[in-house]
Amino acid sequence: MRVAIVGGGPAGLYLALLLKKADRSREITVFERNPPDATYGWGVVFSDRTLAEFREADYRTYREITDRFVLWDAIDVWVHGERVRCGGHVFAGIARTALLGILQRRCADLGVRLVFRAEVTQPSDLPPHDVLVGADGVHSIVRSWYEDAFRPTIAYGRARYVWLGTRRTLGAFTFAFRPTEWGLFQAHAYPYDGRTSTFIVECAETTWRRAGLQEADEEQTLRRCEAIFGDVLRGEPLLSNNSRWIRFPTLRAHAWHFGNVVLLGDAAHTAHFSIGSGTKLAMEDAIVLANAFEAHRDVEAALRTYEGERRPIVEAFQRAAAQSQRAFETTDRTIRLDPMRFAFHLLTRSGRISYDDLRLRDPAFVDRVDGHLARERDRLRLPPPPAHLPFTVCGLRLDNRVVLRPAAACGATDGVPASSHRDALARLASRGAGLVLTEIVAVLPEGRITPEDAGLYRPEHAAGWAAIVGAVHAEGARVGAVLGHAGRRGATRPRRFGVDVPLRQPWTLLAPSPVPYLPESPVPKEMTEADMDAVRAAYVRAARMAREAGFDLLHLHFGCGYLLASFLSPLTNRRTDAYGGTLENRLRFPLEVFAAVRGEWSGPVGVALPASDRARRGIGEADALAIAQAFRDAGCDLVEVTAGQTVSDDDPTYGPGFLVPFADAVRNGVGVAVLVAGGLASIGDVNTLVASGRADLCVLEPWD
Amino acid sequence: MSIRIGIGLPSGVPEVRGEVIMRWALRAEQGPFASLGVIDRLAYDSYDPLIALAAAAGATQRLKLVTAILVGPLRNTALLAKAIASLDQLSGGRLVVGLAVGAREEDYDAAGVDHRGRGARLSEQLRRLRQIWEEGRIGPPPARAGGPPFLVGGFSDEAFARAARYADGYFHGGGPPRAFARAAQAARAAWVDAGRPGRPQLWGQGYFALGDDAIEQAVRYMRDYYAFTGPFVEKIVEQLLTTPQRIVQFVEGYAEAGCDELVLLPAVGDLDQIDRLAEALP
Repeated sequence: MRVAIVGGGPAGLYLALLLKKADRSREITVFERNPPDATYGWGVVFSDRTLAEFREADYRTYREITDRFVLWDAIDVWVHGERVRCGGHVFAGIARTALLGILQRRCADLGVRLVFRAEVTQPSDLPPHDVLVGADGVHSIVRSWYEDAFRPTIAYGRARYVWLGTRRTLGAFTFAFRPTEWGLFQAHAYPYDGRTSTFIVECAETTWRRAGLQEADEEQTLRRCEAIFGDVLRGEPLLSNNSRWIRFPTLRAHAWHFGNVVLLGDAAHTAHFSIGSGTKLAMEDAIVLANAFEAHRDVEAALRTYEGERRPIVEAFQRAAAQSQRAFETTDRTIRLDPMRFAFHLLTRSGRISYDDLRLRDPAFVDRVDGHLARERDRLRLPPPPAHLPFTVCGLRLDNRVVLRPAAACGATDGVPASSHRDALARLASRGAGLVLTEIVAVLPEGRITPEDAGLYRPEHAAGWAAIVGAVHAEGARVGAVLGHAGRRGATRPRRFGVDVPLRQPWTLLAPSPVPYLPESPVPKEMTEADMDAVRAAYVRAARMAREAGFDLLHLHFGCGYLLASFLSPLTNRRTDAYGGTLENRLRFPLEVFAAVRGEWSGPVGVALPASDRARRGIGEADALAIAQAFRDAGCDLVEVTAGQTVSDDDPTYGPGFLVPFADAVRNGVGVAVLVAGGLASIGDVNTLVASGRADLCVLEPWD
Repeated sequence: MSIRIGIGLPSGVPEVRGEVIMRWALRAEQGPFASLGVIDRLAYDSYDPLIALAAAAGATQRLKLVTAILVGPLRNTALLAKAIASLDQLSGGRLVVGLAVGAREEDYDAAGVDHRGRGARLSEQLRRLRQIWEEGRIGPPPARAGGPPFLVGGFSDEAFARAARYADGYFHGGGPPRAFARAAQAARAAWVDAGRPGRPQLWGQGYFALGDDAIEQAVRYMRDYYAFTGPFVEKIVEQLLTTPQRIVQFVEGYAEAGCDELVLLPAVGDLDQIDRLAEALP
């Protein structure tokens, strides 16, 4: 077998030596643009798991690599003048040049042909071969020859970063955050040999421009970054290596192989530097591809096996990297957290590491976090884990951060809750949740979603709910009434039959505009001022009844495409009066309703708000933050984030914790207490979210 | 273990004779199975799923009859409503309808149906089917009021949403137990998010071929049937349940992940596969 490998980086060299080692009769040639001792980049990092794979793949280079390694186990977060350290993570770093030297020597010993200063620009530049490997990086030439087959896409990150080095020796993975007059700068730094460290500086595009860095030459960039991170650098200068400010390119390719051509490492995929090194992925690719040639004589089958095995792993890595990248693109929000929480947020940014994982890695650190959250100076008392911290909202003390609520209830008659409602809520309360919420309770008969919905609009309703509140209080929990008006999603059959199935004889629906929810849904009536007055009054009456019934908290449901949500979204509100058009106008009626309720009810009031319509031209992040801000300013104590269902043809996402990014954005972007639901099933999830400052209260949905 | 086990008909295995389908159904009826499943493919040597189930309905009395799954958007909704209701009547209300958009563009080409917009069409189809039965213009009515249970298949978030909004549960498309567990978590999250009461039914599936004589043939079939997935086909071949031990691990893994019913599909059409599977079950 004759193999031509374009690109003499770690991936190409490692593949070459593995293929040659397995079968000396193979003719392997590596073509590298640069001379053998050219240095690009500083250090690379591997985890303990990757090292185990190296050990198995080629013991000789593994030994050499580990001899040169620097090992460390801590992550330092420098923020607000403090340094927070978390230990127990195993990292190994090595200079990229040292790694390349080891691999080049091993290739030469095995008889791999290494051709340096090779300018390969077209397929005819290569000798005859049976397999062609593109290991030539993110701007791969090989990939460009077969663009139509590989179908690559590159997405550029929003932040600017520059890859520098320093002689300052670091003892840990170091993340440093420094607010400046131009905006926030952050550094990612790690040691890789006994003397030198990689030092990446990153900031938002706007910050970069404000600081005038788009005009800065290499020297000016170095001086500026040294000034910003002087304390971390302890006066050591920063070093440049042809370093430029760029935006991170995330490359994905529709296919990684085509005929007898295959892509390896950065040529096939990249993942943001904040989660690990591309070198690790590239060398793991090489191992799997080499093994695939052991399993299959047929080239096509080997390449197919390689891609089949690596793609899911790499894609999972890219998903986590994207989350990590987003976290670093929004640090201007999270920087408001205190140092301990900020560090915890950073450590759990990719969704791969939880509170429980950190407790395994560094129990003392997590104890400090617990103690910090509990603000417990008294060393004799053990602080509880975050989920069990009490939470006070507008004077109401909840025993813990867990909220439970029933699945859509049914069986009410004329809005009067059935005994099954009481049993369901009392059962939830008995499970130990600090707060129990009702299902959506209608403020008007025509505000019901289905004819079996419970309500708070007739005198006998208050008494019915009083019995339920009593049952929950008897279990030691607090209880909140969730008030709603279905709007254009009303008059549907009980949800046993699916959602939004219209009744045969629907009542008149109200909406800001006469747009039906589904083609077969009734067309709602466009609300007049009188209709609005009636709805506002109904909310106030419901709040009064809730007080009579003894509820501890009110929660107004202004999400999921129900009446008040449909005022907020431009997709459903097409009014041309003072209640439609600009966001300020669309907010007007929901805020009026809120203010009226706020005037009637002195206890805590929460609001469920849309964080995203999950639809084009609908509410997105900027609108969501403005909406949450408006309610916070109007005296809202707690925001629940919801997403989607504004329109029936939205584009949902349902992974575990699918609402968490919205909670994070609203809580830290607006500075308001946040309740989050959405596929959270364990107390571990609650610990992670509370400790990291992504949410204050979590709705658990245990399914057993 | 509260998980129920279904067995597939070999209706998707090429060159299986009609009488084998009938005898398969008869023999499965005697076995420890809760249901009989069929897969759906247009541009392939496979039986029409509803016709195969209709034949099986005549040969059985007990087993539920399951489409695992039917590619809804390939079909005209009114005709599909009539076929489903007819089959539900003929089987005495034993039908369970799994629906999804399918993964193969060539099936859409063969049907002369646009591949784009298939998701939205499936949503509409799910809503429309029940409406048609209710209107009563297109008979017969299904055996059960409101029609048979619907399950929606697929791996996308849209599939989870569709299952939650319009169906009775979710039908997973195959994979190791942990993949099922992840999808089940998302399906449950979507169910709660849509405000549905109770829990979604969660169904799973996997391919089996038991006995040394069957494996090679089964692998050939998998490679052919799933050739369109490219490199992923190797994963599917790896997933093939070829020993009693793998069957036990698979079934227990699915039970652990909260699967209500697991349909095991044959990758070869030999009748002795039924008994081999029955013996292998935990």
